[in-house]
Amino acid sequence: MIVAKNITKTFGKLKALNDISVSFNKGECIALLGPNGCGKTTLIKSILGMVVPDSGSIEFNGRPINREWLYRSQVGYMPQIGRYPENMTIANVIEMMKDIRKDSKMHLDEDLIQSFDLGALMNKKMHTLSGGTRQKVSACLAFLFNPDVLILDEPTAGLDPISSEKLKDKIILEKEKGKLILITSHVLSELDDLITEVFYMEDGRLMFYKKLSELMTDTGEEKLSKAIVKIMVA
Amino acid sequence: MKKILKYVIVDIIQNKIVLIYTFLLLLISLSVFNLESNSAKGLLSLLNIILILVPLISIIFSTIYIYNSSEFIELLVSQPVKRKSIWLSLFGGLAASLSLAFFIGAGIPILLYHADATGITMILTGLFLTIIFVSIALLAAGITRDKARGIGLSILLWLYFSLIFDALVLFFLFQFQDYPLERAMVFFSFLNPIDLGRVQILLQMDISALMGYTGAIFREFFGNQVGVALSFFGLFVWVVIPLFISLRKFDKKDL
Repeated sequence: MIVAKNITKTFGKLKALNDISVSFNKGECIALLGPNGCGKTTLIKSILGMVVPDSGSIEFNGRPINREWLYRSQVGYMPQIGRYPENMTIANVIEMMKDIRKDSKMHLDEDLIQSFDLGALMNKKMHTLSGGTRQKVSACLAFLFNPDVLILDEPTAGLDPISSEKLKDKIILEKEKGKLILITSHVLSELDDLITEVFYMEDGRLMFYKKLSELMTDTGEEKLSKAIVKIMVA
Repeated sequence: MKKILKYVIVDIIQNKIVLIYTFLLLLISLSVFNLESNSAKGLLSLLNIILILVPLISIIFSTIYIYNSSEFIELLVSQPVKRKSIWLSLFGGLAASLSLAFFIGAGIPILLYHADATGITMILTGLFLTIIFVSIALLAAGITRDKARGIGLSILLWLYFSLIFDALVLFFLFQFQDYPLERAMVFFSFLNPIDLGRVQILLQMDISALMGYTGAIFREFFGNQVGVALSFFGLFVWVVIPLFISLRKFDKKDL
């Protein structure tokens, strides 16, 4: 579904992405892992067209995304740090997104708005929100339009345990519908029951990309966190 | 594109600065026309205020607005929206609201007190200057990532167009005063939209005699219809070129 070929991106002297080639397919739930600053977010932003790679190409459903924009209607993105117009209320932001992405035959998925109880906060302005509530708004927007691809950049960072459980349940539900899900997270313990593949990067380079089960047999561990630590130390 | 434009305009209207700007212009225009016994004199005083104030407010407000919209831009860039329509909506929203502010604040008093060809030229020039400086602000904000640097650049650009450019031209004239430079002056005025606007209005007001021999050359060039059309075309180019460069820059920007 998403195919990247030899993408490279440099910021000044820093090589954020170094010749990354990969293909992500429908029905997979992929964990993008790696130390801080290894290029995970840059990779995600390249897929979304927010960052323009220096070289290489990215295809979405067989079509290059270069200067395309319509493909993003099939993508839900939850940023690491959600930034929203400060003087809008939650309701304003959600209404605006609906207005911009509206499609008459589209089924809106408002499950998360209900399970996070955002209804009571709808008239609060964005600048008054706590980091966690902001994160909830980001999550709701990512799932709202029932996209085929979900890109979640540290989805549970800043969420309380109950909300993060709710979000995990929602991710599992969507995975079972056969969607492609990309997740980055540093909380490896919560990824065990979510993901099917592991994509591991270091210094902008792809170290390995394999099935979770394969990784477990290779390292002889049962938990993802242990397996990754073993690799990072080695 | 229409939808995004709508959100930009609503946001600018909620931001009260444009409203204050409108009232300030209205206050200035009305007091200038009421203080001067002759409405032509009033128009001349208003011209000098407009040529300083309009570019300043347009460029500074637009630059700051673009930086403050970074969240809005970031939010939309990850959505199924063309980058071009985000940028053009920002431009359209700023240009439309500031032009409306100018029209209400200065245009209506001019129409009330001095509704002849000169008054209308002045309104048109003011509207053009507003849009040109919004376009220049987009360029300044588009090429610098840092907010303080971007606003600094905008202030410098405004200083350049309102003061430094004239000083340079004067210096140039004194250095080469032995040469016939009148035609070169016509060319120079195209390099600065504020000058272009000023010359056009002064000629309309029939006081070009005050501008000496160069004034006569200007008259010869600008006075006829081709001249007027050409100078409006010059102003139009000043809108399009900065906007076009900033659009290309934004298309490739990393967010």
